[in-house]
Amino acid sequence: MHSNGLFLKDVAGFLGSYYTGIAVMNAVAALILWRKKGQTGWAVVWATVAGAMMILASLALSGAESFVPALPAAARTLVNALSGPVLYTLGTTALFTILFVFRKFFVQPMVAWAILNVALVLMGLSMADENFAAIVMKPDNVPIVGLVFLLAFFTWVATKQAVVNDERIRQGLPPMEKLDDEKVLVWPDLVYTELICMVAVSALLLVWAIALPAPLEEPASSVKTPNPSKAPWYFLGLQEMLVYFDPWYAGVVLPSLVVFGLMAMPYLDFNKKGNGYYSIEERKFSYLVYQFGFFELWITLIILGTFLRGPNWNFYGPFEYWTPYKVEVLNNVDLPQMFWVNLLDRPLPRAPQGAGALTQVGYILLREAPGLAVMAAYLLLLPPLLAVTVFRSFFAKMGFIRYMIMANLMLLMLSLPLKMVLRWTLNLKYIVSIPEFSLNF
Amino acid sequence: MAIGETIRNSQIWKSIFRHPMPLDRRNRIVVMLTNFFLHLHPVSIKKQGIALSFTWCMGGVTFFLFLVETVTGVLLMFYYRPTLEWAYNDILALRDVTSLGILRELHRWGAHAMVITTWLHMYRVFLTGSYKPPREFNWVIGVILLLLTLLLSFTGYLLPWDQLAIWAITVGSNMARATPILGYEGPGQQLLTIGGIDMITDASDARFGLLGARFVGEETLNRFYVLHCIAIPLAVALLLAIHFWRVRKDGGISGPL
Repeated sequence: MHSNGLFLKDVAGFLGSYYTGIAVMNAVAALILWRKKGQTGWAVVWATVAGAMMILASLALSGAESFVPALPAAARTLVNALSGPVLYTLGTTALFTILFVFRKFFVQPMVAWAILNVALVLMGLSMADENFAAIVMKPDNVPIVGLVFLLAFFTWVATKQAVVNDERIRQGLPPMEKLDDEKVLVWPDLVYTELICMVAVSALLLVWAIALPAPLEEPASSVKTPNPSKAPWYFLGLQEMLVYFDPWYAGVVLPSLVVFGLMAMPYLDFNKKGNGYYSIEERKFSYLVYQFGFFELWITLIILGTFLRGPNWNFYGPFEYWTPYKVEVLNNVDLPQMFWVNLLDRPLPRAPQGAGALTQVGYILLREAPGLAVMAAYLLLLPPLLAVTVFRSFFAKMGFIRYMIMANLMLLMLSLPLKMVLRWTLNLKYIVSIPEFSLNF
Repeated sequence: MAIGETIRNSQIWKSIFRHPMPLDRRNRIVVMLTNFFLHLHPVSIKKQGIALSFTWCMGGVTFFLFLVETVTGVLLMFYYRPTLEWAYNDILALRDVTSLGILRELHRWGAHAMVITTWLHMYRVFLTGSYKPPREFNWVIGVILLLLTLLLSFTGYLLPWDQLAIWAITVGSNMARATPILGYEGPGQQLLTIGGIDMITDASDARFGLLGARFVGEETLNRFYVLHCIAIPLAVALLLAIHFWRVRKDGGISGPL
């Protein structure tokens, strides 16, 4: 859909106050840097940015197509053409990896502030696109935008302290948290903080409630199925998994494993270091596993499922119109098909007419033998193999049962990204496909 | 000033507050020990442990949001009847007719915020390694509370009875029909066949138990309403009490050992 003047007139007020907000934010930062920290150079930089934001704000307020700051149409088309599940997943993975590896650089306040500004401006420029705004401004999607900025902020807060602590520990010093073991009275030091928090949260909630009406669509009708039909946003990561797995695994087994795995975590993590203070180096393995699960397999999938999956659960670029007529070619193949038909050039093994139940099961097992072998190797052979190689020290410290639980949870967690890669590279649908027993994997 | 003095010296005031104003060190300690609402806290606390950059306040904010949800939820119950005839109309009236027209907004946005703050609280506890001994079991309770928070939000999602509501719940609860063995489209449901009769059908499987029907209908609305307003909040309240109690018993607010 092409932007018409009406849409821009509608968002002009919002964008104007949005850019003004960024300007105020930068002006306050400049003031603090100048008066409190004596960093005049940076103060000038952010004051200039604030000025630039005021110009953007006044341009946006015009509401005219030639003035409202927006990404060039060519750039939007390019982003739409390039984006897809593969690039999205690889891109976010690369982004997280870069942020993690160069964390010492990114946690510097001025760098983080610059990134925040860039993110906010990009967001503003994108909001001038009708298709982007239509999805992001859906009332129930607004919390996810908040979640993304909150997560970025708190990850910065934590990583900044972890970087300092890791450096101190390297030098043989205790973590920052240990320096000050002074005790204070709960009244007034904690009670007042709590009170201020309650007032702040109440104020925020009131503003949010006044500014944004709760969604209410047409009355429920069991015959009119909306397209796309989506679960509540916090379950959209699970719904996205349905692309790669059947509901019994993506919707029942994997979520149960997530809950079980989270509960098991304190009993599997035998590392005694890093208890009660921010640190990465001292617990790199558990840190990376948790961050991978939380950011890669939960948050990015929620964002993908909410903002980039449209009608028929097809992938839509961020600036693409959600037309229900988009057709995607599905040419996925099951592993038995690949093995028997494509590789050996024979038909799939099939029980003869009128065979007994046992014979039929035998033929099914024969047909699925390649997939079952892969699964057995993955879940049964890999844990002991890892125990004598990569996880040698883990196995020694954890003992058999704890190690096996950890190894299997890890492998089942990795089954999702592995299946994604197999789907993208080999068009693999199921590794094991036994529709006779509704057992597809 | 004299009036304030008179009030604070009256029998009524003194019967309610057993302690003088917490202005000096002694009375600041006494107030924590004698006030019911404050006795959840210890008397003194590690200064570093309550630094905002360390705790982020997210656990406290989550609890506060739970209280906000309880209060706004009770008020909403005055206006809402969980039947096919009235549910949607009552929500319409709440928007268009009822005074204090942002009640539903407060409840809905508070719920979304609560999901987010629960995740952030958990994230902080992980990043500071605070799930490690001696706090392992409190982490487990926290995971259950996280699950219950999501279920509270999920059951509440159905109540407005609009298109958004029933289809989100339909998509979500369709998963249950694929439950291994117990769902009628799940792997291994044939195992529960006795004498050639399927025990697991669309009228007896896990999804039916969740919805109270073969599809999202009036029985589901009633079921989710009761779960949302009574069963889950009670469970949450109990687990919250244990969660807070264990924070104290497991060594107080976390910090380097």
